[in-house]
Amino acid sequence: MSKLKLATVWLDGCSGCHMSFLDMDERLLELAEHVDVVYSPIVDTKEYPDEVDIALVEGAVASVDDEKKIKKIRAHSKLLVAMGDCAITGNVPSMRNPIGPGPILERAYIENASAQQQIPCVVVPQLLKIVRPIHEFVKVDVYLPGCPPSADTFHAALMALVTGQPLDVPALTRFGA
Amino acid sequence: MSAIVDVKTLVIDGKEVSARAGQTILEVARENGIEIPTLCHLDGLGDVGACRLCVVEVKGNNKLFPACVTSVFEGMEVSTQSERLQKHRRTILELLFTERNHICSVCVSNGHCELQSLAQSQGLTHVRLPYRNPDLPVDASHERFTVDHNRCILCTRCVRVCAEVEGAHVWDVMGRGIDSMVISDLNDPWGESSCTRCGKCVQVCPTGALFDKSKVGSSHPKYPDFLPYLNMMREAK
Repeated sequence: MSKLKLATVWLDGCSGCHMSFLDMDERLLELAEHVDVVYSPIVDTKEYPDEVDIALVEGAVASVDDEKKIKKIRAHSKLLVAMGDCAITGNVPSMRNPIGPGPILERAYIENASAQQQIPCVVVPQLLKIVRPIHEFVKVDVYLPGCPPSADTFHAALMALVTGQPLDVPALTRFGA
Repeated sequence: MSAIVDVKTLVIDGKEVSARAGQTILEVARENGIEIPTLCHLDGLGDVGACRLCVVEVKGNNKLFPACVTSVFEGMEVSTQSERLQKHRRTILELLFTERNHICSVCVSNGHCELQSLAQSQGLTHVRLPYRNPDLPVDASHERFTVDHNRCILCTRCVRVCAEVEGAHVWDVMGRGIDSMVISDLNDPWGESSCTRCGKCVQVCPTGALFDKSKVGSSHPKYPDFLPYLNMMREAK
């Protein structure tokens, strides 16, 4: 049997979910018997592949670039997993929502900058007015809350997904876990 | 000679139970080991039916009844766990999450929050409704405590404990509907209010809305269990 194609994606989050994923340690070898990692911040593929079986998405949608990416990911993935609280609730990135992107950029690039005070407008993607969870843009198949979900949660959830066993998410994790 | 007790018999989730007249469905259910989720209810405080999480079905009526403020009657048939009720309970929790800014991961009550654990026990893994992202104040003017309105769910436990148990009635609710806010005195800063500094409101708050400044950045469990004990000791006097 050929292995499933696994992608992991990093949108507006801290990469803590990816760290927790790697915290599976030797259990990654067990997972590797079932999947090939075809796209991830930790592999050197630049373009999202055409056909992915399982996509783990960390982070909220905060910029025009995130929005473009999540739509592409959805179009090319069979199973989309919202990984962690940022992807599911907006979490810490969404704390700017009551304030708006203008004052945030002003604070970071003007008020707190000692030299070259300027708000970046080229190369870096434009921020959306509010940070939103990924399911407000695309259909999500599995929600794995936690900040981050623990390595045990990742192991139990991913093994269930790759082997087709039933998955009881609330028994494993919760918001803020 | 003992007083005559008016006993009612009813059925909850198919189980025949007996109750004293005037008891609520919630009391009778819990006495009989039937768990109904609650949030604004707290043993030792008067019930107001604010959160609606304890809604149950009563046979013969299409309306839903909040178990904490509905009295039992003879022959009543109550259902507490139907699919319809679970759907409503999840929606109520989702509405609470969207109404204000509940960022569990950075909340002082993370791991000790009744809203958070209810979400988990009711099988909530995400919120289907859009978040409102309101801009809300944090009042840290009190020397010992802080009120973070971002985490407030308007359960009014603080209002009730302050009025009913402490007898100070510093807390109350201002405004209506979505604009409702818990306020101290006449919307004065907490630190300048007539607060007696007893801290009961902090202990009964189910979320991180009221917290002890000395516990910030550390585990902040709350201990509301003092209430029934305190009431009992007062009655015994």
